[in-house]
Amino acid sequence: MSSIQERVKKIVIENLGAKEEDVTNEASFVDDLGADSLDTVELVLSLEEEFDCEIPDDVADNITTVQQVIDYISQNAKGS
Amino acid sequence: MSKDKWEEQIALVTGASRGIGKSIATNLGKLGAKVVGTATSEQGASNITAYLKEAGIEGQGCVLNVSDPESVASSVKTVSELYGAITVLVNNAGITRDNLLLRMSQTEWDDVISTNLTSVYRLSKAVLRGMMKSRKGRIISIASVVGLSGNPGQANYAATKAGLIGFSKSLAREIGSRNITVNVVAPGFIDTDMTKALGEEQRKQLTEQIPLARLGHSDDIANAVAFLASANAGYITGETLNVNGGMYMH
Repeated sequence: MSSIQERVKKIVIENLGAKEEDVTNEASFVDDLGADSLDTVELVLSLEEEFDCEIPDDVADNITTVQQVIDYISQNAKGS
Repeated sequence: MSKDKWEEQIALVTGASRGIGKSIATNLGKLGAKVVGTATSEQGASNITAYLKEAGIEGQGCVLNVSDPESVASSVKTVSELYGAITVLVNNAGITRDNLLLRMSQTEWDDVISTNLTSVYRLSKAVLRGMMKSRKGRIISIASVVGLSGNPGQANYAATKAGLIGFSKSLAREIGSRNITVNVVAPGFIDTDMTKALGEEQRKQLTEQIPLARLGHSDDIANAVAFLASANAGYITGETLNVNGGMYMH
């Protein structure tokens, strides 16, 4: 099983069509990877599916970088 | 879609066992799309399977109660597994529970809202992710002239049909960037089982208000839907196409 970090990055790359080298832990979805509001919703839905968890709207609103996703999943997801 | 592209389309048409829905399903199928038509009963679903087969159309009928969230989710999943992601959704299923508001029961109100409007929220949401992923899609909802003009005895029905228009305009704005269009076809007085329920006197009065001086045919609606589903309509979204013989112009 790949690490949470690898799985998160794979989903980010798939959803945002981003280049692998751009998806660093510090990368911001909107500022660095060019995501619009729909992209971020799709990303959250894909993450929820992958990790079998629910990311509440108020949490999702405050997650802006790859690292923040990894941290949240590590602490909350069953499927991690 | 240009002619060769129809073969790539997978259409889901709700309320397809008879009337307008049947014409829409048949028409899209004849153009080349794969078609799944839904009905509320096993009998209705097998009727759909039979008429599609007879017309040489790839597809089938399936049972779907549009007012049941689980039924919606499982149907969309089944269709996607069998034929691929849905590319054209036609929200056609609808019921009437006519009554003057003073006598309209909560049940008459709730049933119509659930079947005609809430179902569109559920189905559109269910097909949306697939469409967004593939960066294409058509969502077409069948409203009614009474959603624009109003009609005594149909406050519930007219509210849902007007509601579809606001819903579609909003969704069109949300997902336009994903190359998905969301439109409405608003039929006028079409000769179907639903309008046969009206009295002779009411039919006569209505016909007199139609400049084209006839009732519409379900094919008139099916042709409008086919246009909006086609590649030729790729720059039209959030629009309501009135197909009513001129009985209401706006």
